[in-house]
Order: sequence, then structure tokens, then C-alpha cells
Amino acid sequence: MKEHELRALIDNVKDGKLTRRSFVNRMLALGLTAPMASQMLDFCGVARADTKFNYKPTKRGGGGALRLLWWQAPTLLNPHFATGTKDQDASRIFYEPLAGWDSDGNLVAALAAEIPSRENGGLAADGKSVTWKLKQGVKWHDGKPFTADDVVFNWEFSSDPETATVTSGSYKDVKVEKVDDFTVRVLFDKPTPFWADAFVGTAGMIIPKHLFVDYKGAKSREAPTNLKPVGTGAFKFVDFKPGDMVRAEAFADYHIPNQPYFDTLEMKGGGDAVSAARAVLQTGEYDYAWNMQVEDAILKRLETGGKGEVHVVPGGNIEFIQLNSTDPWTEVDGERSSIKTKHPAFSDPAVRQAMMLLVDRKSVEDHIYGRTGVATANFLNNPERFNSKNTKYEFSVAKANELLDKAGWKKGADGIREKGGVKLKFVYQTSINAPRQKNQAIVKQAAQQAGIDLELKSVVASVFFSSDVANPDTYPKFYADIQMYTTTMSQPDPDRFMNQYCSWEVATKDNKWQGRNSSRFRNGEYDKLYKEAQGELDPVKRAALFIRMNDIVVGAENGTIIPVVYRPRAHSRSKTLRADVSGWDNDTWALARWYREA
Amino acid sequence: MGYYILRRLLIAIPSLLGISVVLFTVLALAPGDPFEELATNPAVPPEVRMALRAKFGLDDPVAVRYVRWITAMAQGDWGYSFVSRINVDQLILQRLGVTLFVIGSSQILALLIAIPVGVIAATRPYSVFDQIANTLAFIGFSLPTFFTGLLFILVFSIWLDWLPFVYQADIKAAGWRWYWEHIRQAIMPIAVLGLFQGASLVRYVRSAVLDVIRLDYVTTARAKGLGERVVIVKHVVRNALIPVVTLVALQMPAIFGGAIVTEQIFRIPGIGSLLISSILANDTPVIMAVTFVFACLVVLFNLIADILYGWLDPRITFR
Repeated sequence: MKEHELRALIDNVKDGKLTRRSFVNRMLALGLTAPMASQMLDFCGVARADTKFNYKPTKRGGGGALRLLWWQAPTLLNPHFATGTKDQDASRIFYEPLAGWDSDGNLVAALAAEIPSRENGGLAADGKSVTWKLKQGVKWHDGKPFTADDVVFNWEFSSDPETATVTSGSYKDVKVEKVDDFTVRVLFDKPTPFWADAFVGTAGMIIPKHLFVDYKGAKSREAPTNLKPVGTGAFKFVDFKPGDMVRAEAFADYHIPNQPYFDTLEMKGGGDAVSAARAVLQTGEYDYAWNMQVEDAILKRLETGGKGEVHVVPGGNIEFIQLNSTDPWTEVDGERSSIKTKHPAFSDPAVRQAMMLLVDRKSVEDHIYGRTGVATANFLNNPERFNSKNTKYEFSVAKANELLDKAGWKKGADGIREKGGVKLKFVYQTSINAPRQKNQAIVKQAAQQAGIDLELKSVVASVFFSSDVANPDTYPKFYADIQMYTTTMSQPDPDRFMNQYCSWEVATKDNKWQGRNSSRFRNGEYDKLYKEAQGELDPVKRAALFIRMNDIVVGAENGTIIPVVYRPRAHSRSKTLRADVSGWDNDTWALARWYREA
Repeated sequence: MGYYILRRLLIAIPSLLGISVVLFTVLALAPGDPFEELATNPAVPPEVRMALRAKFGLDDPVAVRYVRWITAMAQGDWGYSFVSRINVDQLILQRLGVTLFVIGSSQILALLIAIPVGVIAATRPYSVFDQIANTLAFIGFSLPTFFTGLLFILVFSIWLDWLPFVYQADIKAAGWRWYWEHIRQAIMPIAVLGLFQGASLVRYVRSAVLDVIRLDYVTTARAKGLGERVVIVKHVVRNALIPVVTLVALQMPAIFGGAIVTEQIFRIPGIGSLLISSILANDTPVIMAVTFVFACLVVLFNLIADILYGWLDPRITFR
């Protein structure tokens, strides 16, 4: 989709011919994120429909206990050290960012008085700064007032390399200054199209200055508040047992009237996903269970228990296959898969195209993931509704055979194709996880019919995803021909997501395999488009650039990436619970608005 | 006696050192690091992971790391968890109570079943009761605890809906309700562990009693005209239990091992589930500490078994 087509669509939204939501859906189909789509609309002056939440309770409290079950237990409650979603989710009970993302990708103010825009003067015309007005009268759980100093402190805390925070990616390249007690300004050193990163969403939770000021840098671990959070959220801390249980109770001075509905909250952790689903769907011991990584058939059976149901919210996770651009079997200067080599078979576009035709995404969706994995040709996709030419995927063994025949790959005596001494025999690796192994088997079966032999390899997840430089089985090393995993795009802007195909990001021995580009994809046009997008302030132009980059990566000509299924976030919840869950933010981002209805 | 204990404790030191070296090396050789989720999240720059690795000293050679660990340990510093950044001793203490409660109660349950059943079975060998007890004991210790655990959940939580299957360490209730809730949630895990232990103990008790019951002094006691009850309880069981007591002491560490799986199934926040989650997260300091605690328990209970043996049987002397 070209820029002018995008503009035409936006005009349709302006005229009311197209709803905001269906525009967002269409952008999702093109591989963009919902937050980016809504940013485009804002930029083009389409009036923002104030997000209305259906919240019925008319007074604070009275809702009794809310019981949450996270099958991975939270281990710490400082958002800046949160190693995983579980820790972020648990921290979000107590802490709030300036703004969060709703399920349509709109920014919703939490500690901010309003969302910065060009109209209200929040966004500078040169794209080099954003000014946040803070909500006044907000109190920390210990009664101290929340001010701009707290916000500035969070930037100092997180960007200090000595502190080694996991949020530093959002803070290290910006500067933050206090304008007055309730205004802060975030300064960028170059025009930045995506400004809603620092202080927003999962990485944006604000911790209190008065309790952390003595624990900056190397001493950060010793802060007592790491384990006894004092935030501004709707619930305040009662008890925490790392790896087991978080308890909280309603905060009487919460800054939004009539919220929260629940008097107490407990988040129990541990166990496994299936029994967590069971405790919500079948026995009703819990109200909400997170991240249902369970086969859909099992979920459906548990749902017949009648106590709860499974909900699916769109997010940015995608399960995809990478074809190695380099040769994993030749060692150059002490590293395999070196960019000095070329993959003997995948350097032929015919073989790559054949591989793309041999991934039976429909079967993967139907037989493995069900509601929790939707077949896709793109980074996000909904093929039934949007029949765009760049969102097509196909499964055809016959076509693959035809392609390979034409390209001169002949079947040998063992049924495996070869050309010039190169055999189509590949090692296909992924992490150990039941659906992934089934997925591998489906691909292997189809490939066999096309004369391609796949050797399946599975690596324990904690090894596959580790940054252990000494281990040959990690995914950044990619010592195999093909690999598959899920990449998360929880952050709302594709900028960092898409840098995983830039040539300077290739994981090599020189950067200790820390580069983000594990597929070793290199393409001059892609690099150019990416650099262009980084400085492009017009979100519509920028979106068009990202769509083109996406097409290069998954396209038949140059692409080495085969998206398999897009994995929306699934959770189980009690039938009486009304919860507002967004795929672009933490599950617990709107806990204050959760309530129960008989 | 005092000299004997001292000597045994001194011997324990080199063996514990040896255990710690082996554990540490194996863990250091095991692949992976605790930052799996950071690696797949594009929002986290790789420098963060490198900084964390450097901060936790994961990039240093194994020998250096071991010396650092052992010197800190000798000074009572157990280190801190990479994952929760909390001191390891604190983490273990938090969970010790629950584990001791579950293991202790299951051990009591096991003895309450094993001693009467074993004794009755031995006094009437090859009777119907003996046959049934034997069969059940075989079934009991053939079924692994993870299987019986799941079976119990299926039957008592899902079909019958009597008992909860998620364990809560701190129950918000007072008075009798508190006790009731605690018992209700603890029944299944305790029964799973207790029945398994009890089943194997039954067979030991039975054979120990059978050994003793044929001895001449028992016949003498009977000939004196003592009642059967007195003969069994005062003369037979007392002597027969000597090997059983040592066995129970020796098996304590094994029970801690069995509790690991059970704790995971019922979400009991004990040491066992701590061990599993830290192994999954590659949280070396916690794994080291927990396994080291287990190693100490093995050494300690061996010592206790030896001392108990001598105390129960005065014919044995310590030298």
C-alpha cells in the first residue's frame, strides 16, 4: 500500500465513511501496530474519539477479592528491573506510567493530565521534544504528593548504566527536564516520530523519588522498596513472597473517583499453564489466568466446565521461520554462519520461494494453535477480511515442485533434490515447546513431498534464548539452516522491531552475537528505507515505509522470513469478571477499572 | 560420644566441600543464562544483557566464580538471586516453614499408617489382611508422586469439587476457619507424599517385626503368660523399630526430593518449587544454595541415624 492510498483511507475516516477501528484493523493487516495507526489518525487531524470505558460501579470498593493466577510467578516488583512480563504485570498493580495503550492502540492518560498533541502544544513541530502535563493531586501510597521531580528521577535512575535497568533502552537516548512542578519535557537529539516511549506503557512505570533517591546506581539492589512497592496505582501493597504471591488492597486515595471496585487483590504464581486454565475455567478457584499457552483443543474442553471463558486480544507476537542467508556449516575466522559466506541453497530464490510454499500455515492454525494462533503472511494479518495483494500466503506442494524443477534442482536416488553437489538437506531448529515440535513436523512432511529433507532439532528454551556466548545452540548464533521462534512486538512502535533486518544489526562474533539480526538478512534497499523511516516525522509516510520494508523481508524476491502464525494474547477469565485487557500494554494496565457483574 | 560427633562433623567438611565443587562445576558447565525473556524482547537493548552478565560476574572463569562463592559462603553470605535480586538465605527462610510443615505432616501420616499396618500384617503373616496390605503397599510405592498428585486433583478437585488444588501459604481467615482452610488445602499434598512413604515403610516394618517375633525371648514372654498385646507392643515392636527408625532418618533427604515435584503440582511455595523455578531460570546462586542445603541435610541425617541407632540399641558403642 502506497502513501497516497493510506491518505485516501485516512480521508475516509475523516468523512466518517470508515470507522476508526476498521482503519486500525486494516493497518494491522499491513503489519503495523495499532498504536502506530492511531498516531497516523491523530497526526492527520482526525478527531480522537475519547476512549470511553464501560465502568458500571458507582463507588470505590465493595467488590470483595480479585484473584489472579499467573503461572509464572512474579519475582520482583521494581518495573525497572522486570526481567519478564510477569514482573511487569505485577509491578503494574502498584505503579502507573504517564499513559498506557488501550486495545485499539490509543494512548490513555494515567498520571498525565492530557495526552500531548500538536494542538495542545505538547509536541514540538520539529519532532525533537514532547511536553507532558502531569495530573495534579495524585498521591503516592505513603501520602506524599506526586510531582515532576519523580518523573525526572525515573529517567536518571533508568539511564544510569551503573543501575543496569532493563528499561534503559527507552531512556538512555533522551534527556528529561523539569519545566515546573507538574510539567516535564522529554528532549530527543534528533527528530523522533515515535515519542510515546519513555514514561509510557510497560517501560514507563514511575517509581517514587523519595524512596529510591538513595539507591541509584550500584546500590539499586539494596532498596527496600524493590520488595515493598509504593506507587500511585489503585492498589497498595500488602504482602509479597517472591516466586509465589503478591497481595494488595484498594488504595483509598486513588486519583480516579469510584475506582477500584475490588477491595483486595491477590496474584498467585507458579505451576503450569494448563492447570492455571483449569483453576479459572473449570473449578472457578481464580478469576483470571494470564498467558494461556495451551493448545486450543484443551482450552475448549476446559471451557465446558462453565465457570469461565477464554478471551483473545490482538497484540504483536508472531511465530516465524528464518531461512539462514549465510552458510552455517562452514567456519570462517572461528564463526559459523559468518556473513562472509553465502548459504549454498537459500541463495537461490527458487529454493526460498519453495520453502515459503511448503509451510502449511492453515494446518498449523487449525490443528495446533486454534484461537491462539492465526495463520499469517505478514507481521499481522487477517486474510479473510483484507484481500490485499501483499498479504497473501499459499500452501502448494505442486507449485514448490514445479519451481524447483524449473530452477534445475533434480531429485536424486534418495528422493532428495540436488544441484551442483548441493543437496536440499536442512537442519531446522527451534525451542522445546509442544506446539513448535508439531509445527516442525507439519513443515517436514510437506518438504519431504517436494524432495527437501529436513532434520528437526529442538533446543531447551533457556539455552536457545540465552545470551551465552560459549553456547552454539542459541538463536543469535543460528548454527542451522532454518530456525523458528516467536518474536514479541509488545512495544507499540515497529522501529525497534524492524531493525532486526538491518545489515548493521547482524549477529556476529565481533559483537558477541548481540546483534538483533539473527537471520543475517542483508538488503541495501531495506537499510535505506529503515534510515529514512527513522527520521520521517509524518506518520503516514513512515507507515508506508514500514509496509515496504515488511514486503521486502517476507517477499518472494529477497525475503528470507516466513511468518507462520500471529499469536494474539489469550487469557482465561471468570464469566462474571469484566476486565479491560490490551495487547499493547500489560495485562494489568487497567486493573482499576476491572469489576464484577452478576 | 561428644568426641564421636565432633569427629563425624569434621569428616563432613571435606565431603561438603567436594559436593559444592561438583555442583558448582556442573552448574557452570550447564548452558544458558537467566535473561531468556530479555533476549526475545526487542525493546531491551543487548547492552543491558551484557551489563547484567558483567554485574552478576557470569563472564568470569569458573574457578574465580567458585572461589568467590565459597569465600562468601564461609562468611555466611549466601549471595543474592539473579532473578529477584533478593538475598538467597532470605528467600529460603521464607519457604522453609511450608516445606517442613508438608514434609513433617506427611512423615507423621506415613508412620501412622505404616507401623500399625506393618505390625498387624506381621503378626498374622499370609492372612487376608497381610495379602491386601502387601498388594496396596506395592501399588503405593510403584506409583510416582507426580502421578498420584494429578490423579488426586482430578478426583477430589475436579470431579468431586471438595478440595482446592492451589495451595496458599497465607490464608486470610481467623480462628477455626484458618485451621480448617489449612487442613483442606494440605490434605492432598500430604496424602500424596505420606501414602507413598507409608507404602514403602509398611514393608520394612513388616519384615522387621517378622524377624523379631520368632525370637526365643518372645516365646518366653508368651510362656510367662503375658497378654498378646503386651508382648507385641512392649517386647516385639520396641526392638523391631530400631532398624525402622534409622531408615526413617536416612530417608528424610529422599523425602525432600520427592516433595519437589509435589510442591510444583500443588503450587506449594516451598523449597522444592523454589529449586525448580530457579533451575528453569538458570538462577545459579539459588540453585547452589538449595542443593547445598539438601546436601547438608543428607550428611546431617546420616549422622542422626547413626546416633539414634546407638541410643536405641545400647549394644552399639561409638568409637
